[in-house]
Order: sequence, then structure tokens, then C-alpha cells
Amino acid sequence: MWPAVSAWAAPLNTCAECHEMLEGQTRGPAALFQVDVHSKRGLTCADCHGGDPAAQDPTLSMALEKGFVGRPARQDIPGFCARCHADPAFMRRFNPNLPTDQYAKYLTSQHGKANAAGDEDVAVCTSCHGVHGIRSAKDPLSPVYATNIPGTCAVCHTDADLMKRHGLPVNQHWDYAHSVHGQALLVAGDRGAPHCASCHGSHEASKPGAIAVGNVCAQCHSLSRDLFAASPHKMVHEALGLPECEVCHGNHAIQKTSDEMLGTGPESFCARCHEPGSKGFETAQAMRAAVEDLKARIQGAEESIQRAHHFGMDMEDAEYTLHEASSRLTQTRAYVHSFSIEKVKSVAGEGLAHADEARKAGEKAVEEVYFRRKGLWVTVALLGIFVLALIAKIRSMDKKGPTHSG
Amino acid sequence: MGSPMGARERLKSFFQARYNLGGLGELVTHKTVPVHGHSLWYYLGGTTLVLVAVQILSGLLLLLYYRPSVGEAHESVRLIMTKVEFGWLVRSVHAWAANMAILSAFIHMASAFFLKAYRPPRELTWVTGCLLFFLLMGFGFTGYLLPWNTLSFFATKVGTEIASSVPVIGKVLSTFLRGGADVGDATLSRFFWFHIAALPVCLFFLLGAHLMMVQLQGMSRPLSVRSERAMPFIPNFLLRDLAAWSVMLGIVLALSAYYPATVGEKADPFAPTPAGIEPEWYFLWMFQTLKFFPGHILGLEGELVAIVAMGLAGLVLILVPWLDRPAARGQAHWLAWLAGFLTVFYMIGMTVYAKWFIARH
Repeated sequence: MWPAVSAWAAPLNTCAECHEMLEGQTRGPAALFQVDVHSKRGLTCADCHGGDPAAQDPTLSMALEKGFVGRPARQDIPGFCARCHADPAFMRRFNPNLPTDQYAKYLTSQHGKANAAGDEDVAVCTSCHGVHGIRSAKDPLSPVYATNIPGTCAVCHTDADLMKRHGLPVNQHWDYAHSVHGQALLVAGDRGAPHCASCHGSHEASKPGAIAVGNVCAQCHSLSRDLFAASPHKMVHEALGLPECEVCHGNHAIQKTSDEMLGTGPESFCARCHEPGSKGFETAQAMRAAVEDLKARIQGAEESIQRAHHFGMDMEDAEYTLHEASSRLTQTRAYVHSFSIEKVKSVAGEGLAHADEARKAGEKAVEEVYFRRKGLWVTVALLGIFVLALIAKIRSMDKKGPTHSG
Repeated sequence: MGSPMGARERLKSFFQARYNLGGLGELVTHKTVPVHGHSLWYYLGGTTLVLVAVQILSGLLLLLYYRPSVGEAHESVRLIMTKVEFGWLVRSVHAWAANMAILSAFIHMASAFFLKAYRPPRELTWVTGCLLFFLLMGFGFTGYLLPWNTLSFFATKVGTEIASSVPVIGKVLSTFLRGGADVGDATLSRFFWFHIAALPVCLFFLLGAHLMMVQLQGMSRPLSVRSERAMPFIPNFLLRDLAAWSVMLGIVLALSAYYPATVGEKADPFAPTPAGIEPEWYFLWMFQTLKFFPGHILGLEGELVAIVAMGLAGLVLILVPWLDRPAARGQAHWLAWLAGFLTVFYMIGMTVYAKWFIARH
């Protein structure tokens, strides 16, 4: 319906007709608007800017009496967009799935608050979504498509002059791009990986704050967060105002975790706070030992299964058990966040049982191979005796007269 | 209790009194086997026969657990290999004996060709032998799919697709083999039916005819052999055959123990065709020939030309006794020898090249 109306209405859109003939900045909107999501939904220039697109005379088409609002001031852009985007009844006509609380959230954001205070540096809707060439967030060419978000935020947040005026660092994008999350999103193209908006929010963008950091991480790492929340560390972090997960893992520059982070070795995080001889120090050592023990048993089981494979044995059941052991190792690493050696050993113990079961299956299969080979050689020996007996019989018959002329 | 000989005599007289076994006894005992420098090749027929017998016995045992449906086939084969007592041995013997039977039959056929055993009056022995060889390949093709693993699934998909290139009846043949438009549950049921019902019935009659002809006409003596020396088939040659069969059985058992049959990954019809898909080794030379054929030859589909050419080659093979006229007159013509040599060289060369090509890619 809408494209048809749009096609029919197109000759009457004098905004586009005139702006296409102009040069420079004023020509831009007409060309960009061709790919704009609003254009595709049948909206025209006048739906945002007012005026009379049917009037041939520019003074009439852009007359204030016709509701022409022209180009809104940067500070007014959020409210300008919100005329429609905060109106559920209006939005339902075009895209019922699109939320209508963006403006309300924006007002609570760092950007929104500064904008309301008259700061002209801060991001408004067009800073992230673009203008006249606005695309759906699901469109890979949109600046707010998942893989494009870090780059979009970086436009401002890597601008040294701009950030300096607001006392903000400029290294977040660099750190993020080299983090485990950034590599997953930007290099591997995993759209499920977190980007700036996943932790800071989009329209409501703000710093998570020390206490909220754990909740932000818990969106994905729920088990680790739950275990941490029930651990003795939680109270200590709260009392000291420490940002939970961030204390060990960092924020934008989060790296892939390693077992070296656990325990009391040179790369251990535990030993940074826990003195040798303290209970925390011993717990760290014990947790690391539990992880290493499970890893070693899993490796042993893998070698055992591999050996059986080498002999051509089918080890699918054992591989499934080994997979279970590996899952328990992952869980054990998560359970480290309980900082309870009992809980860690409980989960690791299940992994050990699975690893041992898999190893025994591999060993049993190898034993079976040797049993088969022994059986083979006994059979071959019996066959050999039989063949020798046959040869003896044949020779004795041949001596009596092996052949005759036919 | 009488002596063993006494018991044997009593049993013989029991049947003799009721049935006229004179002719049958004569049929069994009259056969002689020529003795000369090429006698070794006479053992290949017997080894092929005993390998087919091993196939039948092991196949019957596999039927106890195998389930011919897409949902259960792979699982049942895995069960046989991992849980059923000596299931691994039975299946591995079945798989290895199948390969050995094809190899043995091929050598048997090649030796019959080069020793010109097909010359009159043994033309029909050759024809039934050729048909038996094709039948064994049919057993291999249909049996390959039964474990329903990735390799066999896609190889069958390619194989039945090739069948659709056969002129005139291609589409019908492909649909008949598949039991539908694509390889699926119906194909598995159909291949199982071919493998354990249709082909065995054909085997029974063809093998019966082949053995009867050999029994009635005796073994062929090569043209180059002038000596009339021979030995009785029973017991002299049979005892030698028994020794050869025992060695063959030992080889099959050793291969089964050291290289048991694999189960592979369960076939996923929705997965893309994986790299390295290959048919059984005895189809490789044909597979590689098809790959070498250009897309179009003289305006015709290259695949169609290749299929027709291979079909004609099969027909020529069957008609060898009538095509090699000098052999019928007792003369060995160099052209027949060269044609046979080039054919065997081509088949082996293409198989080796295909294996090398697959291993490299």
C-alpha cells in the first residue's frame, strides 16, 4: 500500500525536485533519502520538516503557515525525532515492534543530560543513526548494526580534542578492539559478542558504575556472577567500592581468561591481594590444583581414547563422556568465582569421574585390541597346523600318484 | 557302534536305496584339473567362491542386529561394532571379505581372459562369470550405503545421480534405485532389499549355472600347454583348495583384527557435500574416468558419452568369446592380449591416480 501511495505522490514532492537541482550541502538530503528507512516506509520530507510539498513556489512550500520547521537545532534533534518515535499509536502504523521509549531513555543518559544542559558536543540521534540516509539497525550498512557500533561510538570517543573537553579517555575503542569481546565481534563477526551498547546501553548510555558492573557482565556470564554474589568477595567489594568483575578482568581491554590468572603464580590475580599463608592464598592454590588435576586427567583420557582410535576402535561413547568431563572443567573454571574450595572440588570431582570413565573406556578398548590380536594369532596358528596337515596329506597322495594323463 | 567307514557305507546305502545317485556321484568325481605352469590361477575361482560363502554367513549374522531405516541403520551398525559380542569381527570380516571377493574375482577373470579360458566350448562359463562379477559389484554398491554414514550417503547420491545419465532410461533408473527423487529412507530400504534379496537370488542361479558348467566341462587348458597331465579334483585339488582357502581366511581375519571396519559419522542429508567423497575402490577407475571426461563431446553431454562408452565396454567384455575369433581356432592373437593388457593397465592406473588425487586434495 505505502509504496503505491509513495509512487503516486512522488510527482508532488517538490522538496525533492528542487533539492536535487541544488548544489552542495542542500542537495545531499534528497539523494540520501532514497535509501532512508523512512522513505521506504512511505514517509516524505514534509512528514518531518513540515511545509507543503505540493506547492511549486518555494516561498509557499516552505511557508511557516504550512507548518514548515526546517532544520532543527542540534540540541532539539532528540525531541524532533521523538515527535513520532515516542508516540506508540503513530509508530504502530509503521513498525509495531520498534520501542517508543528511546527518547525517555535518552533523557536519562549521559548524552541526554548534557544535551539538556546545553552541551553541543554530545551525541544526539543523528550522531549515531545518521541523517536522511537512516537505515534499520538490522541493516549491515547501518552505523548502529552490531558490528558497526564500536566504530560509531569511536567517532566521538577517539576524538582527542572532544574528549579532552569532557575529561574522558580516548583509548576505549583501542582497548575494546583488542579485547576478547572485540576480537569476537570485529574479527570473527560474532554478532552475539558484546559491543559498547551491550554494557553501557544505547539510548540510555552511561557508565555502569562500580556496583552495576557485575550486573552488566551477568547478562552473559550469569553463573560466574551468581557465584560471585554469594561469595565472601561480594561484601568486601561493596565495602571498598570496588567494581566487582572489573577488578580482575578489566573493562574495555578484557582478555581471554587463562588458568594462570588463578592460584599464586607470577601471573595470578589472587596473589595480588592475598598474602602467602593466608586462607585466601591457600584457597587460591587449592582451586588451581583442582583445575590442573582435572585438566591432567582429561588429557590422560584423551590420549587413551586417541590410542584406541589409532587401533581403529569406535570410541563415540567414550568421547561423549570425555565431552562431559570437558564441560565440567568449564564449569569448574566458572565455580572459581565462588572462591569456595568445597564447591570447586565438587564440580571438578564430577569432571574427574567422567575423565576416569573415558580413560578406562580407552584402556579397555586397547585391551580389547590386544585380545583380538591374540585371538587372531591363535586362529592363524590353528589354520597353519591345518594347512601343514593338508600339505602332508597332499604330498603323501602325490607320492602314490599325483597326476594322471587326461 | 560300527566303525566310521561302516557308518559312511550305511549312510550311502540308505540314500542309494531310495535315490539313483549314480549320475550325481559321477558328476562330482569325474572332474580333473590340468597340471601345468599356470595351474596357480585355478585357485582364484575357489577363493572367490569361499569368500562369497563367508559373505553369506557373516551377512546372515549381521541381519540379527542390523535395522534398515534412516533412524536406526547407523545406530544398529554402531551397536554391532561396539556392544554385540564379536559383532566387530563379523562386520569386519563381512567388509574385508567383500573387498577380497571383488579382487579375487577380478584376478580370476583376468587370468581366464589371458589364458583364453573363454574359448569354445566355455563361452557361457565366461558370460556367467562376467555377470557374476557385475553382480558382486552390485553387492558392493548396495552394501556401501547400509551403514548410513556420511561417506556412503554422498557416494550413493553421486552414484545414483550418474545412473540418471544413462540414455533413455536414466531418470527412471535413478528414481527406481532411489525410490524417489532423492537418497533417503526409501533408498536405504531399497538398497537393503537389493543387497539381501534380489541380488542373492540372482547370485544363486548365476553361480549355480557357472559351477555346473565348470563341473560338466572341467577346467580349461591354456593354448600354450600341450601336456595332458591332470589331477583328480576330488580329493587332490580339493585338498589344495582347502589349503588356499585357509590362507585366505587367515588374511581376512588378520585384516579384520588389525584394520576393523569403521562406522563413520551418521549421514546428515541436509549437510553440504563434504570434500573427499569417494566410492569403493573398485569403482574408482570409473569415477575418475567420468571426472576426466569433458563437459561436451561433439555436442553431446560428456557424462552421457562416458556412461555409454563404459556400458559398451561391459558388453564387449561379455562378448569376448565371440569377438576373439582366433582363440576359437586355437590361436593366440596379439591384439586380444594387448587389449586385455591395456584394459587392466588403465583400470589399475586410474584407481591409483584417483587414490593419489583424493589423498592430495
